[in-house]
Parts: sequence; structure tokens; C-alpha cells
Amino acid sequence: MSLIWLVPAFPFAGFLFLVFSRGLSGRRAGVVGSVAVGLSFAAAVAVFAAFSSAPPAGGSYTLVLWRWFSSGALAPNVALSVDALSLVMILVVTGVGFLIHLFSIEHMVGEEGYARFFAYMNLFVGSMLILVLADNLVLLYLGWEGVGLCSYLLIGFWYRESANGRAARKAFIVTRVGDVSLLVGIFLIALSLGSVDIQEVARRAAVSWPAGSTTAILAAALILGGAVGKSAQLPLQTWLPDAMAGPSPVSALIHAATMVTAGVYLVARSHVIFSLAPPVLLAVAVIGAATLFVAGASAVAQTDIKRVLAYSTMSQIGYMFLALGVGAWTGAIFHLVTHAFFKSLLFLAAGVIINALSDEHDIRAMGGLAKKMPFIFWVFLIGAFGLTALPPVTSGFASKDAIVARVWESGDPGHILWLVAMAGVFLTSLYTFRLLFLVFAERKGTATQAAPTTQPAPHASEHEAHVERSGRHGDPSAPVGGIMGAPLAILATLCVVGGFLDFPRMLGGAPVITRFLGTALPPSVESAGSTNTVLALLSLAVSLAGIPFGWLLARWAARRAARQTARRGEVVAGAGPAAASPSAGADGAAHRAEPRFASFFKRGWLFDSAYEYLFQRPFEWLCRINKRDIVNRASEALGSLNLFASLVLRRSQTGKIRHYVAGLALGAAIILAVAVIL
Amino acid sequence: MTPVSFEYGLALAAILFVLGLVGILVRRNLVFMLLCTEIMLNAAGFAFIVAGARWAQSDGQVMFIFLLAMAGAEVAVGLALILLLFSRGRPLDVDSLSSGEDR
Amino acid sequence: MNTPFVVAGVIAIAATLMVIMQRNAVHALLYLIVSLFALAVTMLFLGAAFVAALEIIVYAGAIMVLFIFVVMMIGADSPALRPRSWILPSLLGAVLLGEVVYVLLQRPGGLSFSKIIAIQPKEVGMALLGPYVLGTEIAAFLLLAGLVGAYHLARRRADDNTNVIEEGRR
Repeated sequence: MSLIWLVPAFPFAGFLFLVFSRGLSGRRAGVVGSVAVGLSFAAAVAVFAAFSSAPPAGGSYTLVLWRWFSSGALAPNVALSVDALSLVMILVVTGVGFLIHLFSIEHMVGEEGYARFFAYMNLFVGSMLILVLADNLVLLYLGWEGVGLCSYLLIGFWYRESANGRAARKAFIVTRVGDVSLLVGIFLIALSLGSVDIQEVARRAAVSWPAGSTTAILAAALILGGAVGKSAQLPLQTWLPDAMAGPSPVSALIHAATMVTAGVYLVARSHVIFSLAPPVLLAVAVIGAATLFVAGASAVAQTDIKRVLAYSTMSQIGYMFLALGVGAWTGAIFHLVTHAFFKSLLFLAAGVIINALSDEHDIRAMGGLAKKMPFIFWVFLIGAFGLTALPPVTSGFASKDAIVARVWESGDPGHILWLVAMAGVFLTSLYTFRLLFLVFAERKGTATQAAPTTQPAPHASEHEAHVERSGRHGDPSAPVGGIMGAPLAILATLCVVGGFLDFPRMLGGAPVITRFLGTALPPSVESAGSTNTVLALLSLAVSLAGIPFGWLLARWAARRAARQTARRGEVVAGAGPAAASPSAGADGAAHRAEPRFASFFKRGWLFDSAYEYLFQRPFEWLCRINKRDIVNRASEALGSLNLFASLVLRRSQTGKIRHYVAGLALGAAIILAVAVIL
Repeated sequence: MTPVSFEYGLALAAILFVLGLVGILVRRNLVFMLLCTEIMLNAAGFAFIVAGARWAQSDGQVMFIFLLAMAGAEVAVGLALILLLFSRGRPLDVDSLSSGEDR
Repeated sequence: MNTPFVVAGVIAIAATLMVIMQRNAVHALLYLIVSLFALAVTMLFLGAAFVAALEIIVYAGAIMVLFIFVVMMIGADSPALRPRSWILPSLLGAVLLGEVVYVLLQRPGGLSFSKIIAIQPKEVGMALLGPYVLGTEIAAFLLLAGLVGAYHLARRRADDNTNVIEEGRR
């Protein structure tokens, strides 16, 4: 277990290697990056094996690397703390991360900045691991900032398009608000409890803060602020849809499986503080419920495939927050794990689809891909079933049901929250199947028709020395290569069997994860058998009910698109946007007559506009009136005064002797006057 | 001799000095300026004489003699310079000389 | 109050005033000579007969004559001065004068009157070649330097056939 330091060390080493080595040819950079994360995964598995075979006392093991700094009462170390919660997290991060890296080796081939991509990805994995393994809040914040930085770098990966830079900046700035909240929370905790060590804080808080005291509420609220920013929950959720400007592997890793779950992790880690502040815990649940509804409703109206998945992520994390808020700590973490499986699978598959259709993001322009790309269709289907928690795919089913059951049982607000959760289940099913039908079902999808069905030499381009883009670009029927297909297949398998990690007892399963996490998190009470069954069947029914409605919506959208195209007579797919621009441009000219109702949902319930009016405009106004920069001028005042005085005095240098004599006389007069007066 | 007030003597010297100073400030011709310099020198020397007479010592007069010598040398060289300027055709106007006009 | 002293003083002041206001250079010089004479008279009344004589011989007789030579050669004339160029210098002068007079009149016990003792030339000579011999030597150096300098500046070049006065008048 003392090898835990290897887990973050490998990705950082990978990052450093990739930064300092120039001109790695071909796919070598990708291999290096993947190997680094793979080794990290191996180390994580080894630590896990050691942990489970010989669990340490108190349920956690800390490896102190060195003392970071010592200031007053605070003396945080750079130390890695292993317990059940962090083990689960690092296994997810390194495991799913490794699969995504493998996928990207082939997917990002031909991109300018190929090595840069893997360097950033490695840095990200390293920072995330630091975040999860940190034993004190300051080190956690270091990892927190690190993942924020990498998110910015990777969203704006295709930096030559200014829209991507804007999206990256937006993400950074919005999460910044959360980061500041978290930082102030850390300060408060340090000030009030005199320590930043997480376990120490938990001990002291339980002793010195009475339940419901203002300090506890304040600290919990501030931490919640940070979590809300990173996890894209209301009200700091506006950045996630625009973050889809980055490459698909980025969306899969950062904005589905890991970074956005950092908020969930943070709340789970600080469960002691949250338990001491019941109002904040209620707020967590309410935020989760509200986000899952708002995001779900927005997802139904989206037309860009990645934006649907982005809003879906937002919604699913809302589920996790809801679970945390009602006290289902282990349920939230389990849902985090299963969500990582199916959401990253969906994003990677979406990446393949977009690439195959020559950077087409608009789902209304897709269709009939089930026949053309069967492998992708099956993995996507598995991912979709996981998302909507339908039985053959166990992971989503198991985790969502656990949450739903717990929500129902958490007292009176629980019933309202349960209703919202049910509405969310319906919406999830709605947008998922709408997406499925629009993308894969047979119809007159112009993008798929425009793409060539055959390629003269299917594998020749992959063996070329200078392949411009991945061989699949623009060709849906090219087979998905091994190194891209394997991660998809593995993820699909995990989706199907992942649920057995914590299968509901009544169906014959064993709560493995719950028991495992029970060493680190407070246990959630097992719900009564019969209520459980009813609830499970109910949610299943609601999910299934969404399928026909989803089909209806898909048909409606397809018909609309076809009518628009026929009316305008233009080929929508042919004018597809460049790979990296956010989907706002995808609507373009063809859909100006969109009904305002749908537009409201599509634009994320107009949060962006609200923020623009509330914050952006006043700030810009301030900047405009301060154009001549008053503060700067004040600090320059001495210098300007000096210059001015010099200009004035320069007039006295006339060069005329008589003036100089006059100066002499004047000086004598002044001196005499001074001598006389004084 | 009848008593004399030294303050009046010094005041006389001061008045003459100031008159010389004003002359320098006002006149632009080099010759006139040199002349006014002489006035100032003379006034300063007179102040020395008054001071020496106050203490009934010869020191004041000695200073005045030195001053005479200096004034003589200065006038000689100054006038030679003025003649030189004049022979080169430059105007004897201190303002235009100061601005360094070209020939 | 010694009347001749005051009269001589007033003449000196009036003559100097005329000097600085004259247009014609020769007139100005003559007025200055008058002023110097008047000053010599006041020196006499201060008991400094030797320097009074020296003033007339050297200052009025040599230095002023030099000036007259040069002015005659050059024919310096100044245009009449505009009134406004008088004002500031006069103001400055007035201020300076006022301060000096104020300082002079500050002496406690009012103005002093003392007996004037005439100082003999012999005494002055003894002082010159006694305690002040160094100064005398330096004055000699100075005069030598002035002599050499003036000669050098005014001499004609061997190849220079120009006439100074005609050159200047051209």
C-alpha cells in the first residue's frame, strides 16, 4: 500500500516526458500517455488488492511524502490518504482514463498538437488523482485547480477557433466562482478548527461545532458552492454545454467521468460537515433535484449530439447530488461509478459518429446509422440502456434504483423530491430515445447519405505514413479499428455487468460496493423490501413509457428538418460546421423559425442570457466608463506630475544671458528675503 | 573730518550696484553690458572702502586696488573680444549671439 | 550729516542712472566718468584719499578711456528701449535694494556716526607689500594674463590684410 504514490506519479511523469520531448512521430505520444495511465491503473489495482486483503485500522492509510509548508497552526503535508472512497475514485479515474487514452491514440491521429493533447490528458489524470488522494484540504484544492486548468486547456484544444477559446474561458470563469467559494470555505475551516487535515477536521468539527450552528452551515454552504461549480449544477451550470467544444475524449473523461464528479466526491468527503448542517444538506438535495429536471428538459430540445449528452451529464450528476442530500452517500458514489461507464461510452461513440460524418454534430442530419455502423449502434444502445436504467444493462438500473428508493424514504420533502426524480427518469428516457431514433433509425438523413458508402482500400489509409485524419473520417462504413473498438467494447461490458457490484438484494444480488464504502462513509439504511419492489417497478415503467414518446419526438424533429430542407433546398449536412465550434452555429440558417417554446429549453432555460444581463453587461459598462483607468492614473500621478513640472521648468532654459542674469538677481533677492525674514 | 554714517555709504554702494544690475538686464548691446558690469564692480569696491573706513584700516583700500587690477584686465580682454566679434561682422546684440545664429 | 558727502552721492546716483538710460554710447561713457568722479569725492570724505586718486587715474583715466577708444572705433548705438522691458528689471532691482536697505537699517542703536580718520598712502602701500603681498603678486599675474590675452585676441594674422573697422562696417 505504500506504493500509492505511484498512482499519481505515473501520469505526472508521462506529462513531463511529453512536454520535454519534441517530435515524437506517429502515435508514440499517444502510446506514452496511455502507458502512463495504464501503469497508474495497475498501481491502483495493486493498492486495492493490498487494501482489501489487509484493511488498515480506522479504515484509512496515509502515506506522508513531505511537509508542504508550516505557517502558524497549519502544517499541511503532501500526503496521500487511501480509504475505500478514494480507492473507488482512483480505480474509476485510472481505469476509465486508461480506456479513453487508448481510444484517443487512434481517434486523435492527424491532429495538430497530438502530443500536446496527451500531455494535457496526463496532467489532468495526475491532478484528479491528487484531488482524490489528498489528505488535507489545501492539497485537495491544488488538485482542484489542476483539473480546472486542464479542463480549460483541453476545451480550448483547437485554439485556432476563437469560439473554442471563449468556451474554455467561460468554463474557467464560471468554475472560478465555485473555486473561490471553496477557498473561503477552507479558510473558514482552518480559522475555526485550526487544521486543514481532512480527518482531523472531521474529528474536531464533530466536537466543536454543534449541529446546525452558523459556522457549520457557512462552511458547508461554501464547500457546496465549490462543488456546484465544478459539477455544473444550478446555478453554475452554464459552462458545461459549451465545453463540448473540446474533442470527444475530453468530454468523455473530464466532463462525464471525472472532473464533474469531483464535486460529488468533495461533498462525500466532507460528509461530517454536511451532517452538521442539515439545511445545507437539504439544499444539496434541492439543487440536485432542480438541476436534474432543468437539464433533462433542456436535453430534450437539443440538436447537437454532444450537447444532449452534456445536459444528460448535468442531469445525472443532479441525481448524485440528490442522493447525497438525502443521505444515500454510498448510492451517490455507486451512481458515479456506473455513470462513468455509460456516459464515457456514449461520448466516445458520439466522437466516432461525428468523425465518420465529417464533423457533423446535428442529429437531425443523421439517421440510418444502425445499418452503416453496426458496432457503434450496439455500444451506443448499451450505453443508452444504462443511462435510462433499463434492466438488461445492469449498471444504471442498480444505481438509479438505489437512489430513488432512498429518496422516497427520506421524510416529507422526500416525497416531493421523489416526484421530481421520477419526472427526471421520464425525461431521461425521452431524450435518450429521441437521440437514438434520430441518429440510428432509418430515414432520409442527408449526412449519412452524403457520406460515401464504400472506400476503395479500407485499411490503406491507416497504413499510410502521412495520414491526414483518422481513416474513418468521412466514412461511416469503415470498420472501427481494434484500438478504438476495444475500449468501447470494454466499457460496454462494464455497463452490462457493472450493476452486479451493488445489485439490489431482493433480486438476489449483494451490496458489494455499499459494504466496501461503508468503511469510509456513513451507511445508508437498507430500505424495506416491499416498498423497494414497488418503487423499482414504478421507475422501470416510467422509463419504458419514455420510449414511445421519444420516438414521437424524434419523428417530429425529423419531419420538421426534412420540411425545412425541402423548403430551402439546401443540403444541411454539407454546410456542417467545423469540428470544434459549439453547436449554436449548427442551427444556422435552416431553423430560424423555431418555436419559442422549444428555444427556451434548448438554450438551457435562458440561464446564459440571465447571467449576461446580471453580470456581464454591468461589468462591461464599468469597464467602459473606466476606459482611461482612474486607478492607474492615480498611481502614475507622481510620474506625470514630474513630467509636467519638467516641461514647465524647461521654459526657463532660454539660452539668453540676460535671462540668466535676471535669474541670478532673483535668486539673490529670494535668499536675502529668506535671511531677512527668518 | 566730520562724522559720516556708514549705513548711508553702504546704501550708496547698494544703490549703485542695483543700478548696474538693472542696466545689464535691460541693455542688449555688448558694450553697454560691459559698461554696466564696470558700474557694479565699482560699487562693490566702494562698499569695501566704506567698510575699511569704518574700522580705520587700510584693508578696504587694498581690496579696492585688487579690484581695480581685476577690472582692468577684464575690460582689456572683454573689449578685445568685442572687437573680434565686430570684425567678424557679427551683430553686437547679446540676444542674437545667445541664440547661436549662423553667420 | 555730511553735506558734501550726500551731494556727491546724489550726483553719483544721478549720473549712473543716466548711464543706463542713454542711447548714445559716448554719452553714456561720459556720464559714467562723471559718476566716477563723484564717487572719488565721497571716498575722499571717507578718508581714503589714496584710492580716490587711484579711482580717477586708473578707473576713469584708463579703463574708461579704453572704452571710449573702442566705442569710437565701433560706433555702438542702441535703439531706444521699449518701456515694457524696463519694468521687470526695475522691479527686481527695487526689491533687491529694498532688502539691502532694510538689512542696513536693522542695526540696533540706529545709525552710527564715527570719526573719520584719513588713511595715509604709505599705510596702504605697507599693507599691499606686507600682509597682502601674495594678493599683489596674483594681481600682477592677472594683469599679465589680461595683457597677453588681449594682445592675442586682437592681433592680425600674418596673411590677414583686412582692416578691422572696415570689415565691421561692411
